Amino acid sequence: MDDQIKISCSNIWKLYGENPEKFLKENNNNPSTEQLKSNKYIPAVRDASIDVKTGEILVIMGLSGSGKSTLLRCMSKLIQPTDGQVFFEGKDLLKASDKELIEIRRHKMGMVFQHFALLPHRTVLQNVAFPLEVQGIEPIKREDRAKEVIKLVGLEGREKYYPRELSGGQQQRVGLARSLAVEPDVWFLDEPFSALDPLIRKEMQNEFLRLQNMLKKTIVFITHDFDEAIRLADRIAIMYEGLIVQVGTPEELITKPATDYVAEFTKDIPRSKLLNAESVMNNEDKKLYDNTVNCKEKIEKIASKVLKSEGSYSVIDENKKVIGSLSKKEIIKALFAEDKNE
Amino acid sequence: MNKIKTIFKGKFLFIFGPFFLLWLLRYIVPNYTISSKTPHWAYIPPKSCLGGCGSIDGFIPFVDWTNALIQFLRKYEIFGLFTFRDFTRGMANYVDKFLDFTEAVLHKGFPSYEIGPLPWIFIITLTVILGFYLRGWRLALLGGTCFAYLILFSKRGIWELSMKSLAAISVSAPLAALIGLCLGILAVKRKRFANFLWPMLNILQSLPHFSYLILVVIFVGIGTKAGVIATVIFAFPPMARLTILGLQNISQEIKEAGVMAGCTKWQMLFKVEIPAARSPIMLGINQVIMQCLAMIVIAAFIGQPGLGHDLLIRLQGLRLGEAFEIGVAVVLIAITLDRYSQALALKEPERREGNFLKRNPYLCTTFFAIIICSILVFLFPFFNEYPKELTVSASVYLDNAIKSFTRSLFVPLGIFRDWMLIYFLMPLKAVFQSMPWTGVILFVGAIGWKLGKMRLALTVMLFVFFIASSGYWVRAMITLYMVFASLVICALIGIPLGIWASKKESRTKLVLNICDIFQTFPSFIYLLPAIMLFQISDVSAIFAIVIYSSIPMIRYTVFGLRNVPQQIIEASITSGCTERQLLWKVKMPLAFPEIILGANQTLMFALFMVMIAGFIGTVDLSQEIFRALSFSDGGKGLIIGLCVAFIGLTADRLLVEWSNQMKKKLGFIN
Repeated sequence: MDDQIKISCSNIWKLYGENPEKFLKENNNNPSTEQLKSNKYIPAVRDASIDVKTGEILVIMGLSGSGKSTLLRCMSKLIQPTDGQVFFEGKDLLKASDKELIEIRRHKMGMVFQHFALLPHRTVLQNVAFPLEVQGIEPIKREDRAKEVIKLVGLEGREKYYPRELSGGQQQRVGLARSLAVEPDVWFLDEPFSALDPLIRKEMQNEFLRLQNMLKKTIVFITHDFDEAIRLADRIAIMYEGLIVQVGTPEELITKPATDYVAEFTKDIPRSKLLNAESVMNNEDKKLYDNTVNCKEKIEKIASKVLKSEGSYSVIDENKKVIGSLSKKEIIKALFAEDKNE
Repeated sequence: MNKIKTIFKGKFLFIFGPFFLLWLLRYIVPNYTISSKTPHWAYIPPKSCLGGCGSIDGFIPFVDWTNALIQFLRKYEIFGLFTFRDFTRGMANYVDKFLDFTEAVLHKGFPSYEIGPLPWIFIITLTVILGFYLRGWRLALLGGTCFAYLILFSKRGIWELSMKSLAAISVSAPLAALIGLCLGILAVKRKRFANFLWPMLNILQSLPHFSYLILVVIFVGIGTKAGVIATVIFAFPPMARLTILGLQNISQEIKEAGVMAGCTKWQMLFKVEIPAARSPIMLGINQVIMQCLAMIVIAAFIGQPGLGHDLLIRLQGLRLGEAFEIGVAVVLIAITLDRYSQALALKEPERREGNFLKRNPYLCTTFFAIIICSILVFLFPFFNEYPKELTVSASVYLDNAIKSFTRSLFVPLGIFRDWMLIYFLMPLKAVFQSMPWTGVILFVGAIGWKLGKMRLALTVMLFVFFIASSGYWVRAMITLYMVFASLVICALIGIPLGIWASKKESRTKLVLNICDIFQTFPSFIYLLPAIMLFQISDVSAIFAIVIYSSIPMIRYTVFGLRNVPQQIIEASITSGCTERQLLWKVKMPLAFPEIILGANQTLMFALFMVMIAGFIGTVDLSQEIFRALSFSDGGKGLIIGLCVAFIGLTADRLLVEWSNQMKKKLGFIN
């Protein structure tokens, strides 16, 4: 097993219906959509295989009902998949005993929920200390640790508040703090900011990125908001009706959509924010012009100066080597994606 | 209203046809009538006759079977060591230990240590502080007033009686709550147990109080501990139900949060699930307390000392003034217990910061109050035992007032009563008594089938068949007649009142508050005004039933009308509806499913009250159950109880299903 890979899922199925295990076996572990429909099985996840690399932010994105939350719950075995395998640090999760699972969850996993899932009868401090409490850590120690994390998420001074006294954003900060209290290796976030107002959402995304810069966790992040996905993700997995349609970096999804569905999704994304010089340049023209741009610069930043000037720009990499060129033509092509049929 | 018409259009003949046909038969077949010695079997089930025909037993001897089972349980020694009855009596002795303690604290004292019972000043002070803690000064005032009344009016020992009742409640309520909680948790965790528990709860909650009392007399005996045990059995079902609902309604995310934190099963239960479901669970405790109070009063019939006992004696002696005084005490205690436990259920933890005194203000107040009270009690005997000379009693004046009141109203009330009997109740009774049992079975079956469920049809037919075959058919039909008459009157009062109340926010609040208060009274209390006004007759029984059971009718009507979506109302107003059109064309059809549910609840309440009204002499099932109680006939008590339960369950199944289907049609539920 590659030690770069934290969680490895292969051929995960989750069906709802009368006797899903039997049905799946009868159909060689690969029933078609028609077969599922005619036998009244509802597929939540179909044949999903995906690896989560250590230290990356993997965003699973899809519309509601696409199976993204179910897939996440299969990764932490909150839901028992109908078929397939989940390896966590090389250990087969589906074969782990209840005791082992409890140990893994206590020390290696943290999870944040869409509706915060705070315990209403506990104060902020007690909520954050809760995962430590169930481990049996003594009160003084766990409260010290909880205070640390509360400070980390910027809720200092609110320790004695009850969840109902906090705003949505603050409540989710408590949720973040709680999931971080045990210093988990893997951080699951299930649409953590979906229930918040747009402005607060942005603020929380920044907060999330700030925390990740400090902590460097392995993250699986669920969202239905593509803007959020490209803002946060190292890699994005797009799900549609239980299937993983495409996995790739945000640039890949936009430049090389695997299906029409992905293309439809990425159509309205402001490409200038996402694409960099390298991904739109003319590869053949490697002449050195007067003006140069760095290959990692986003189009958003360089578009206006390229469009203003008459000539071309050279695209250079970190070693100042020319790897291509940019002219008005490439910029315009990048900004206004051409129709494939033309 | 059109919706209702379409539901029945074309089905009318199917549902009522066979029923009417069988009914008409009695005019064709000569020995179809009740007056003949052996009525036709299709008309009245064999052997089931209203008195006169000797002992009543059905063509299936359920009563004998049950009695045989009870005998077996009494005699058979499990492992040759002890009988089931020994077991129950042993359990009862444990209950007695707790009871000894609470009784000692509240009214007996500890003679062996030469300590008296808790002085009254302590009880009042602690109640007031608790009221402040739970909600504020209004609640504190209520609690204070209640106990002040009890001590002030204790010329005839109301204080001691209340303490006796409270001592019994303070044992039975925690026990019932604990049993209910455990069963509820078990049902949520074990699916199979839930499948068994639900129907049991349904039956337990529709059995009349007296069925419990009879069985408890057989297996435990009479007296305080028997009363407490009957109360526990009677009071735990709502707790189990609310626990199940509460635990099932915890959001999935909260449970997942618990799992992800690495909780073991027990940690999940005690640290996540029970606290997260604490509101419904606390409401369950509220229900348990109210049920306990209602049952403790009725347990007077098996020798439970306390308020109920004295109330019963006074009612039997028609000493209405004294009965009224006790009634007020019961009502005050009921309201206080209800409000306190509700406040407890809705209490949210509060954030307090600062030093110990600031963080625990109520704990400190209580501490100081106890010290001050102790000093007062030590210095002045007044605070230890309230002097008899200072107690008052208004019973003489009340007696006179009631007498002059009924005397002045004697003629009009008499006319009203006779009019009701002759023109409404008697004909209705005749109609119900003449219903052929075969026809009724077909009738409920047809409704069940039309509502689209074969299983439902079979279930309700089986229920009715049980009643017919047990031998209590005629009695059951009289019970049904009383319930139906009350239901009609309740609807005539409740629906217009509900419509009136739903028009304005302030009226809604007022009416619902009154409903709240009336609902807390133990049902037994309602006999008091009934006897005062109408002496002993069907009218007084129906009067008591109607006051008690119109509450849900009003409540559900208001709820249904107020819950019509605002958008729809606005749409109708902009379409140019007049006030009247809005009500009859828009609001009422949309509220109708709720009103049906209200009727269902009213019917359940009425069934309970009918059984208690047997106390003032009606000839239905309740008379038989009173007889069974005086002869300790367990089999009869249980079977009659089941008959009552099955009447209730039949109506409940059909009405709830009907309401649900209408809601589905209107798109309120999926």
